[in-house]
Amino acid sequence: MTVDTAPARPAAQPAPPPPPAVRRGVRPGRLGVHAFLMAVSLAFLAPLLLAVYASLRPYDETSQYGYFSLPRHLSFDYYRQAFADSGMTKYFVNTMIIAVPGVLVTLFLASFVAFALARLKMRGGIVLLMLFTAGNLLPQQVIVTPLYVVFNRIPLPYWMSDSMTMYDSYWAVVVVQIGFQLGFCVFVLANFMRTLPQEILEAAIVDGAGVWTQYWRITLPLCRPALAALGTLQFTWMYNDFLWALVFVSDGDKLPITSALNNLRGQFFTDYNLLAAGSVIVALPTLVVFLLLQRHFIAGLTLGSSKG
Amino acid sequence: MSFLSERRTERRGPRRFSGRDLAVIGLLLGIPVLLDIAIVWGPTLASIVLSFTSWDGIGDINWVGTQNYVNLFTNYPQFWPAARHNLLWLAFLGLVAAPFGLFLAVLIDRGVRFSRFYQSTLYMPVVLSLAVVGFIAQLIFSRDQGALNAIIGDTRSPTDWLGDPDLNIWMVLLAAAWRHTGYVMILYLAGLKAVDPSLKEAAAIDGANEAQTFFRIVFPTLRPVNVIVGVITVIESLRAFDIVYAVNHGRNGLELLSVLVTDNIIGEASRVGFGSAIAVVLLTVSLGFVVTYLVQELRGEKNR
Repeated sequence: MTVDTAPARPAAQPAPPPPPAVRRGVRPGRLGVHAFLMAVSLAFLAPLLLAVYASLRPYDETSQYGYFSLPRHLSFDYYRQAFADSGMTKYFVNTMIIAVPGVLVTLFLASFVAFALARLKMRGGIVLLMLFTAGNLLPQQVIVTPLYVVFNRIPLPYWMSDSMTMYDSYWAVVVVQIGFQLGFCVFVLANFMRTLPQEILEAAIVDGAGVWTQYWRITLPLCRPALAALGTLQFTWMYNDFLWALVFVSDGDKLPITSALNNLRGQFFTDYNLLAAGSVIVALPTLVVFLLLQRHFIAGLTLGSSKG
Repeated sequence: MSFLSERRTERRGPRRFSGRDLAVIGLLLGIPVLLDIAIVWGPTLASIVLSFTSWDGIGDINWVGTQNYVNLFTNYPQFWPAARHNLLWLAFLGLVAAPFGLFLAVLIDRGVRFSRFYQSTLYMPVVLSLAVVGFIAQLIFSRDQGALNAIIGDTRSPTDWLGDPDLNIWMVLLAAAWRHTGYVMILYLAGLKAVDPSLKEAAAIDGANEAQTFFRIVFPTLRPVNVIVGVITVIESLRAFDIVYAVNHGRNGLELLSVLVTDNIIGEASRVGFGSAIAVVLLTVSLGFVVTYLVQELRGEKNR
């Protein structure tokens, strides 16, 4: 189901009466709303700001004066340490190895399924749509055990995985990401494609276009907004994922960045300021993506919005 | 391709799909369907079957009937606390975070100034990884240096917010709600934008006040969004894992069903059968909600 974002306003409206909110727009009430929203916004921002602040201060200082004190030394030492000693660069690369093919393949496969369901009008289409949608709503833990067992038994040649099995390789994580996220993308794209005019497709059919041309040349270009929205969203989700790599990868060098955050924690002693720097490093790409592509991001969620 | 509609094919002409078309459809529809079955539905069925065995992942598979479930309910001390925490999670997100998100959406939808700023800020936590949320929670709630204790200023007997097994679940819930509220808000905001303004105008002309207009007119038209928010809340509370795992690997007051599943398969004693039984409990609960949702979807599909 889509949250219909199309404005359902009547076309012609003779002299619109002022909306009630404005008519009774007494100043003090407005101010109260602003004060409340501002307070909540600050409360929502505070944890992030605190993380940034903590990451810039040495451990000795915060352990003595607490996180809530005035700064005496500010430096990027922890960021240097996270990159130099803890190999954050390597983990970033790992995440990209998983997320980039994951997003591209998911979008490609899902868009064709959606195209087949929405435009080719096949019998049993609804069953297929339900199969994909429901699959995406299951808790991950339901499928994790059998996959773990099976991946341990699938041999892969050395050039694909140095563990010689699917377990403990990027392949396992990428395949599971794709399989699990397909459902959401199919659902969103099928809903989107239904809103496209059928006439364009019919004209193409009259001109003798095959299924591939109808899909790749005619339908996909029209889906650009939906694909941009989904791409943004899926990238964030795959980037943020924690569980799959935790279960399917045992070699610490192959972990993606979210799962590798745990490595910044020492066995007996945890330098929380280093952890804060790590958290900021991990959060930064998603925050940048969000701030730059906010429109797509929100569109993606509200186009389908069945994701948990 | 047995499910290609024969009748339509005839109506549109004798040859709707060429051989090449069928090959394209077969390949590009076949791969995702097989992938979905191999990654999602096959393992789901396998989990159900394995939950009736005592398999350890290596040796023979022995059928034990419902013994895993009996053990789980009567003989596994972590199970009931974990189930209770999942329920608490659901109640907190559903009764506190979601209504708060709706409330914020209504305020922002009234068209106050800076609404873009509020919207972005409130939504920002949603893009964070839950693991990062868990780590940030430790900065705030840690006993010795945490910001919360610094604000309270109690230095003699500081509260260990994340170490006290009676307290820590609430702190983690706050962190989870931080993320959930913005999500719910965005969904409602989109829903509210789509509400026909003439409905509100008609209500205002009939003399309804704002509260009446909202609860009697606007809220009922938001029904599709309510369903989505409900499903997301349920799924989110059943899937909850990352935050507690980042905080303390889900122990000492932070047990969750998802953690128990993971512990049973990647722990030292790989108890696949038993872990699957816990997963099936999760599945059963979620399936109830998923089916309700799909029924509504199907109904909408027919009206399309």
